This record gives sequence, C-alpha cells and structure tokens, in this order.
Amino acid sequence: MPEGRVMAMEINAKGMYYRDLNNLLREKVAEGVTEFTLQGINGQRYLGTGLKGKVKIEVYGTPGNDLGAFMDGPEIIVYGNGQDGIANTMNDGRIVVHGHAGDVLGYGMRGGELYIRESVGYRVGIHMKEYKKQVPVIVVGGTAGAFFGEYMAGGILVVLGLNKKEGEPLTGDYLGTGMHGGVIYLRGEVEKDILGKEVAEFELNEEDYRRLNPLLENYANFFNVSLDEIKKVPFKKLVPVSHRPYGKLYTY
Amino acid sequence: MDRTFERIPSGCAISGIMNVAGQRISGEKIIASISLMHDRSNGLGGGFAAYGIYPEFADHYAFHLMYQSERGRTLTEEFLNKHFIIERGEPIPTRPVATITDPPLLWRYFLKVPEERLYKNPEPVDERDYVVEKVMYINDNIPDSYVASSGKNMGAFKGVGYPEDIGRFFRLEEYEGYLWTAHGRFPTNTPGWWGGAHPFTLLDWSVVHNGEISSYGINKRYLEMFGYKCTLMTDTEVVAYAVDLLHRRHDLPLEIVAKVLAAPFWKDIEKMDEEDRKLYTALRQVYGSSLLNGPFSIIVANSKVMMGLNDRIKLRPMVWGRRGDFYYMASEESAIYEIEPALDEVHVSKGGEPVIVRLKEGE
Repeated sequence: MPEGRVMAMEINAKGMYYRDLNNLLREKVAEGVTEFTLQGINGQRYLGTGLKGKVKIEVYGTPGNDLGAFMDGPEIIVYGNGQDGIANTMNDGRIVVHGHAGDVLGYGMRGGELYIRESVGYRVGIHMKEYKKQVPVIVVGGTAGAFFGEYMAGGILVVLGLNKKEGEPLTGDYLGTGMHGGVIYLRGEVEKDILGKEVAEFELNEEDYRRLNPLLENYANFFNVSLDEIKKVPFKKLVPVSHRPYGKLYTY
Repeated sequence: MDRTFERIPSGCAISGIMNVAGQRISGEKIIASISLMHDRSNGLGGGFAAYGIYPEFADHYAFHLMYQSERGRTLTEEFLNKHFIIERGEPIPTRPVATITDPPLLWRYFLKVPEERLYKNPEPVDERDYVVEKVMYINDNIPDSYVASSGKNMGAFKGVGYPEDIGRFFRLEEYEGYLWTAHGRFPTNTPGWWGGAHPFTLLDWSVVHNGEISSYGINKRYLEMFGYKCTLMTDTEVVAYAVDLLHRRHDLPLEIVAKVLAAPFWKDIEKMDEEDRKLYTALRQVYGSSLLNGPFSIIVANSKVMMGLNDRIKLRPMVWGRRGDFYYMASEESAIYEIEPALDEVHVSKGGEPVIVRLKEGE
C-alpha cells in the first residue's frame, strides 16, 4: 500500500472480549488499515498494546486498563474517561483522553505523549525515563494524585490545575519523591512539604519555555481551551537536585 | 505470548450498588457489573451480599450456612434449636452451573432469639452480642459448618467460581435488594475455598475487599480479646469484625471508623490543628491494633450504609458514581457504566478518604 494512504474502518466493539478486539486490530493494521473508529468500548483492556506505525484509533466509551501499553507510534483519542495504567511502558505515539483518568498512568513510559483533559489519580509518571530523542510527555489538565513523578528518571510532566477548586492542591503528597531525572512543570504553587527531598523548585528559563510551549499549544488545541487562559498563571519547575540520590546508600 | 499469560496479571474485583431511597432491584445488575471485570479474578472465589431480600422475615436473623457434611448440618441444627426459635429452615435454592463444582450443603434459617435467653444473666445481654457469640461458636466449634451470613433481611451468597457463575448458581436474579455488593476473587496468600470467598459478614455487616491485609495477625489477636474468632483463613474476615467492634460496640461514627482502619500518618497528624491532632493521636493510641496495613480497597455495608474505603496511599483502585438515588462503587469505572451509562457524577476515590452513602431517613 502506498505511503500516506488512508484506509478507515469502524468497529462496533460492544460486548467484544478484549483479546478478540486486539487480535482484530493487529490483523487489520497488518492488512493496511490506518484509521479505526471503535464504538461501544467499555472496559476492554490492553487496547492498542504493542501496535506500531502510523495508525489512528478513535475510541468512544471507556477503555479498560493498560490502554496503549508498549505502544510504538499510533495515536489514540478517547472520547470518554480513561482507567488505570494508560501508556504503560509506551515507546512512541500519542494518547489523548477527553475526560479524567485513573492511577499509574505512563508507568515506565519511555517515549510518546499522553494528554488528559481533566484530573488523574495516584502514581502518574512513575519510573518514566528518557534517552536522547526519546522524551516521554504527560500533560494533565486538572490535578494529580499523590506520588506524581515518583522515581522519575526522565521525560516531562505537566500539571495545569485548570478548573481546580478553591483550596484544592495541585498535586497530592510525595511529589517527585526519589526523582532523579526529567522535569515537572507546575502551573501554580504547591506546598513545600509535599515535595520529595530529592527535588527542588525553580523558575523557568528560556529553554524551559521552548519545551513547554508546544505542549501547552497542543493541550489548548486538543481540548479547545484558551492558550492565554492557560498562560495566565505562572509556571514553576521541579527538577532533581542530585542525579544519583542513592549512589552512596549501599556503598561504604 | 501464551507463556507471558501463565501468571495472569490479575487482582480481585469489587462492585457495589445502593439505592438510598430503598428501591429494590434484582441481582441482574450487580452480576453484570462484576462480570465485566471477569479478568480481575481467576475463578477461585466469587460472592455477593444482598440487602432487603427477605422482607417477609425482616425481623428474623437470616442465617446462611455452609456445611461440608450432613453431620455438620445435624450438629448445627441441634445447636440452633437450642439457642434460637427457628421460624423456618430450608436449603438455599440453587441451579446447576457447569463450572460450579462440589458445593457444600447450603441452608438458610430464619431465627428469633428467645427473650428469656437475654435475661438469664445478672446483666441483660444485648441481642446482637448474643447472636455474634453463637456465630463465633458455630464457626469455631462445630465441625464442617460455617456461617456465611447472620443479619436481618440480608444474606451472603458466595463460593468457589467466577462471580457471574456464582450469581447464576444462587439464582440471584430472583432476589430483590436495595443494596448489593459483589466480589471476584484472585486469592494470593490464602486458600480458595467456599468459606474463604467474599463477602465476609457478621450480623448485617458485609465486607468485600481487593488487596491484602498484611496486619492480619495483629488485627486478629486484638479482635480475639473481644470474643471474635477468626476461623475462615482469609485476611478480609478481620475487617467485618473490626467494624462491628468499632461502630456497633464502641459507638464510633463510620467516618471515624474509616480513620481508624486507614489512620492518617503521624507526619500528617502533626500538621493538624490542635483539636484534630488530639483526636487522631488518641485514635491511633487506642486503636493502633485495628489499623489495616497493606494495600486495600473495600466496600463495607450494613442495612443502612455503603462505605467505600482505600488504604492511605491508594494501592488498589476504586471509582464511585451516582445516578439519581443510585450510588455505585467499583474497581473499574467501566463496571459502573456497564449497568448505568449515564451517571450524574463520577469520581476516582482517594486514599484513606471514605465515601459513605446512607439510606434516606424513614426508609
């Protein structure tokens, strides 16, 4: 099939078992289908797992856990809420969720982008890592739960706190605990006592804005939110103060 | 690929439905909800708690019994005859389901406590304490006999199998209740047997649980001091007895019970204002042995309440939602949408913060 050609397919997945659905997706991708519309999704896990290449999947409903795990290139757009474990160990591609999502998103993620319109649960972005051009990104429109960016080794996390209630914290406790690489951009302030002791808060420099601005533009475009509104509140960044926080822990 | 699925990455499922106006619905919905999460369990346990199902015996203690032998039944019935008035005793209706094998004998009894029993001692005995004592006696002393539930106008239906199969086996579509909870089991540290399936119950309390209580030993020894016997070989059992002790016997409000089971960390207590600091310090000092350690999400229910609670650092999932008078809780959001696609609100639960839903007054 010629490069760049679009071949679209709609699947009504209501009541379909996740393995059958994933097998069907893999089969059709191998046959050259490039765009899928999945209707009636509810709880099917591992959607898009391990899929490679230029494929676009629109999901209507609430996909099950580990959406896009190990995914390597495709784009998934969810019109609904997400559950736990989205973008688990994802390598490349993009996932956009028009709603909120659960816990442990982007676990061990090593590339690609994840945009969540609203809030996310606990342990998002833990163990994320980067290597050269592989820089994973998670942008959260609402607030994040505890352990955000725990043991983070690379990549970019962004929390916007849009529509945050008065007095509601931007993130939960143990923010960036054990973090030793990458960067967390926070739109607004957090209480200092929730920070992991391995990180410190800094002002953004030019390089930071060069990296952050395109992500904010994406968020504004995907979810039809005013970019000016997003930029109204100043950002802070969290970065690790040591690259090897445990380097001396077990040595004498 | 097959080899990677040998260790099925799984981990129990829970679900709950409550109509706070007391409107009763059949067991179909809770089965549909829990069965959507089929892959979270492995066929070694499934069960349901149902409230409002015995209106014709609303004032009787409904005892659901599991017998591993006829002898167990004979001995238990002798015991029940001696200590209760048996209004009715009958096998629990079941239907054959291919995947449900070797069920125990399943019986239910509608019981009243003879009044003279409560006044025999110099101090009058609380009727519910009397019932608890008898439940503990049966579980601990009568061979091959286990009480699956012992509350009024409620019952537990549980066994070894996937929850949807257990639901069909017990013909739950024929019952109507205003509060249903369900569990799909993936046993990790303890045997998958009929008595060890969830829910765990006592009086009208029931608990379904995803996770593991690593403080089980401490909790068990503490509860034993108050006469509770942990005989069912599953960690979750302690939660049912702990809520009975803390709420019914020690009169702690459920909000506080939740803060005993999932106590705030000392570092967070230090940050509280003085009044709260005193309260939470006292709670941790007095009830330290009731603290549940380890990862958990639980749904605790009684005739008037459904409470969802997560461990303090949220190591297990829970989502809750509402549509009109119906409240839903589940391990996965899709398990709620499966039975109610149009929710008025939906939230991802937070660690250590209980979600408490109460029956409206006068219902």
